[in-house]
Amino acid sequence: MIETFFNPEIIAAIWPIVLAGLLNTILLSLIVVPLGLFGGLILALLATVHHPLVRWPLMAWVDFFRAFPPLVLLVLLFAGLPFAGLELGGFACVAIAFFLNTGAYYGEILRAGIDSVPAGQVEAGRSTGLGRLQAMTYIVLPQAVRNVLPDLMSNTLEVVKLTSLGSVVAVPELLFQARQAQSLTYNATPIVLAAIIYFLLLWPLVRLLSRLENRALAGRR
Amino acid sequence: MTTWDRFVETFFNAKVMLKYLPDILSGMVVTIELAVLIVLSGLLAGLVLALLRALAIRPLNWLIIFVVDLFRSLPPLVIIVLIYFGLPAAGVSPSGFVSTWLSLAFVLMAFSEEIFWAGITSIPKGQWEASRSTGLSFGQTLINVVLPQALRLTIPPLTNRTIAITKGTALGTVVAVTEILGQASSAVSNSYNPSPLMMGAAAYLVLFLPVVVASRWIETKFAWKR
Repeated sequence: MIETFFNPEIIAAIWPIVLAGLLNTILLSLIVVPLGLFGGLILALLATVHHPLVRWPLMAWVDFFRAFPPLVLLVLLFAGLPFAGLELGGFACVAIAFFLNTGAYYGEILRAGIDSVPAGQVEAGRSTGLGRLQAMTYIVLPQAVRNVLPDLMSNTLEVVKLTSLGSVVAVPELLFQARQAQSLTYNATPIVLAAIIYFLLLWPLVRLLSRLENRALAGRR
Repeated sequence: MTTWDRFVETFFNAKVMLKYLPDILSGMVVTIELAVLIVLSGLLAGLVLALLRALAIRPLNWLIIFVVDLFRSLPPLVIIVLIYFGLPAAGVSPSGFVSTWLSLAFVLMAFSEEIFWAGITSIPKGQWEASRSTGLSFGQTLINVVLPQALRLTIPPLTNRTIAITKGTALGTVVAVTEILGQASSAVSNSYNPSPLMMGAAAYLVLFLPVVVASRWIETKFAWKR
């Protein structure tokens, strides 16, 4: 059993491959999380414009990406765009897909955060002479982010997990590297190793979130 | 031929679409089967775990928490690959369909257990004490008093999570499940035309968009009273 699932010799041999994957997963996360947050911020700011011509398309946009599996989006970009003469490569496709998909999720969260800040805050800020943008940047957003921090963290956890989709379009992240190592060694150890790394990497965040969520739900009654 | 005609010819080619429509439709059936199995088994297992956790047996709770944390930390695709490519080495060879079903059901179980459990703990102690003092047993209190109130609270976060995880059926394509994306991808490589992929994308919207819109309605109906 240990031979097939946790073979020390194989671990020693494939460790550099898996480690490179881990570094790429971290790097990829450091790129796609800010990208998604940026996309979400744009959506959330647009949502503060309470005009039907902005509201409805925005809602349709968000619902579209909530209904559309991220892997389908990724494959569509990776396998579909070349037919239009646009060959982007796996990494660029991942970046675009994450910007669109996770942006929609971050947008919903940030919008809820902005809604949770009382209107009096903006009015007070504006009456001291701050512009609209200044009031948003210095008064509303800091409070909004604080109010929805657990949701933002929970979504970030999902985004980091989602980077494993990169393996489908040959981005050499952790899962991709582990599968390469597996096909080299005909042994399940590399994948088990990758799973353990994912668990060790994300478990602290899961623990923290579980505490925050329990407290939030209990406090909301 | 104008650029627009060429675009339509490439991405919405009627001939190709007609030819591969049956494949996409059969993919939709597989996706629906998978989704229904995942939702039913995942939610049921999550509820059972939350109820077991309410019994407050220390070692059992540690085990439940560990299992839940495990399936919340691992990316679903990693679990699918682990079951599909890893288990055969142990002498069990689940099909791609079973691997995908089990993986996503485990993930949904973990997330829904957390949500159910948060709902149960959010019911004030006084409710427990009051119903126990009327002579109801622990089990009766849990099922008849606490759970109905807790479930109402859990519905909005649960719908969101369930949709997000059910969309993951597309991951099955990595382990050769013939669901929508799998069918569409092989149709693209057979016809060397991206139209089946557009059809597949449309199929996902047909299946999931109504659910997302319904979830918005559910969210407002069961919204937290602040």
